[in-house]
Amino acid sequence: MNAPSPLLSVRDLKVWFDIKPKGAMPWTAPDKLKAVDGVDFDLMPGETLGIVGESGCGKSTLARAIMRMVPSEGGTVLWLGDDLLSLTKNGMRAHRKEMQMIFQDPLASLNPRMTIGQIVAEPLKTHFPNTPASEVKDRVREVLDRVGILPNMINRYPHEFSGGQCQRIGIARALIVKPQLIICDEPVSALDVSIQAQVINLLMDIQEEMGLSLIFIAHDLSVVKHISTRVMVLYLGNVVEISESDQLYRAPGHPYTQALISAVPIPDPKAHAENEVMLLDADLPSPLDPPSGCVFRTRCPLAEPVCAEIKPPLTDRGKGQQVACHVI
Amino acid sequence: MTHVTNVETAEVVKGRSLWQDARVRFFRNKAAVASMIILILVSLFALFGGMLTPWSNEEIDWNLMGDVRTLGGPSFETKHYFGLDPLGRDLFARVVQGTQISLMIGIVGALISVVVGTLYGATAGFIGGRLDNIMMRIVDILMAIPYMFVLILLLVVFGRSIFMLFVGIGLISWLDMARIARGQTLSIKNKEFVEAAIATGVSTPKIIIRHIVPNLLGVVIVYATLLVPSMIMFESFISFLGLGVQEPLTSWGALINEGAGQMRYGTLWMLGFPLFFFLISLFAFFFFGDGLRDALDPKDR
Repeated sequence: MNAPSPLLSVRDLKVWFDIKPKGAMPWTAPDKLKAVDGVDFDLMPGETLGIVGESGCGKSTLARAIMRMVPSEGGTVLWLGDDLLSLTKNGMRAHRKEMQMIFQDPLASLNPRMTIGQIVAEPLKTHFPNTPASEVKDRVREVLDRVGILPNMINRYPHEFSGGQCQRIGIARALIVKPQLIICDEPVSALDVSIQAQVINLLMDIQEEMGLSLIFIAHDLSVVKHISTRVMVLYLGNVVEISESDQLYRAPGHPYTQALISAVPIPDPKAHAENEVMLLDADLPSPLDPPSGCVFRTRCPLAEPVCAEIKPPLTDRGKGQQVACHVI
Repeated sequence: MTHVTNVETAEVVKGRSLWQDARVRFFRNKAAVASMIILILVSLFALFGGMLTPWSNEEIDWNLMGDVRTLGGPSFETKHYFGLDPLGRDLFARVVQGTQISLMIGIVGALISVVVGTLYGATAGFIGGRLDNIMMRIVDILMAIPYMFVLILLLVVFGRSIFMLFVGIGLISWLDMARIARGQTLSIKNKEFVEAAIATGVSTPKIIIRHIVPNLLGVVIVYATLLVPSMIMFESFISFLGLGVQEPLTSWGALINEGAGQMRYGTLWMLGFPLFFFLISLFAFFFFGDGLRDALDPKDR
């Protein structure tokens, strides 16, 4: 990473959903739900970017917008210099082998009517339809072996596997086309803790081996800390902080990040009792009608009048930390 | 990593698909298995019953024709196992032939509805948006037309033939199926395995064929087996009105109609035999469909 040119470069990405107000007539203009509202970030080759934030802050929508699985309202997604959002459907299809995705519910992400051999082979057959059948079989066995599933299981069906095994199969499916980026959408939140560790370590091993980049979405901060090089904190579709992982946990910049970090449970009852959790007032505002200026100001303990007027830009605070706040 | 070398030589483990699981559950259901056996017997009767009798469905037994009421009852001596019909034709041969027509109409109607309805509904549901709207409104419009009226017009204008009957049944049978398939597709298309396929770049027709349709089939098959008897009833009704199959061909509905007309002369065998086949087959189809539904019901898993 001497001359770091980013693998993926997202600028001002916006995803708005149309919501029909209650009792709307067919001709009334729909309300706009701003799920992702102007997100910028770069992803370097071989890097892991963690994305955290509470439910409904746009983490998954952001991932799906990068993969063009939901339509974007505006912005650019530069992938190795190509703007994915302006490509045609077929142009996009050619890039899909370079980026793969792993999903939250391991069992639901596998078609129950297909054997795992068919499931894992599908991306390969889609992007390289002329691969001979014997080679497909070899590749499937190889990649299943890599993720720790016995390759003689290829004729089994997803419901015959446990959650952790299903997630490994999901990873195998993502790996078979040798992508450069894997987007993991809460890949471990449906698994129990010991299996979580196994899956995360598997992901990290594979990343090192293949030089992959990962975008790792989670709401478990300790998991994100373990795997990420950098962490991006989302709040109501806005980036409030991007920082080197260690720096974020040692010295969180934004008041929202501080509140998040203070809420991480400490596995020591004494220390946990002494730890002061920074509780936020009020609920998450509706993304249909976000607050003016800084979106966090309604719950921010440090809010000042300027916060209601001007949206704070992300500014560099040194040590690889960027924070969007007027006050800090 | 010693296990890897073992694995290469080890035999590939056979998986048990959901279909196999369903089959096991189905065979545990006695009523459904009995129905299946009845259906197989009725089909064998339709296919090979003709070999058991020297008579054909249009031959008139001139010896007995004058006195069908007293001499035309079921009898092994005259080789009229089911007796004669009012015109002196062998009822056994006619029931065999009627069974063929009725089963064919039931199965063709169900097949059309499975193939057309499933693909139509899955396409509309998966693509969604405006296309979905247009496709489903077309279905609504077709459903709003009184089909019996259209069918009668068809049969009157183009002449009464089995082919026209198939056309008429084909036109209406897939509508309900399209709606059912669409509804199921809507719930499947948001599952993560479909999202995974989209993210991988699988083309839309392939997603529909490979991911949506196989997961619809459980519901579709059950509905299709329940559709077969309703198609048979439908045809019987049309034949009962005298618009269905034409002499000398016949069907269950036509035979029952004929038998019902003779009821007051005391020749009850003319009504009884076709009615018996009609009833046991419909019963068997319903229980068979029920058994399939229980076997394929995802809530059981």
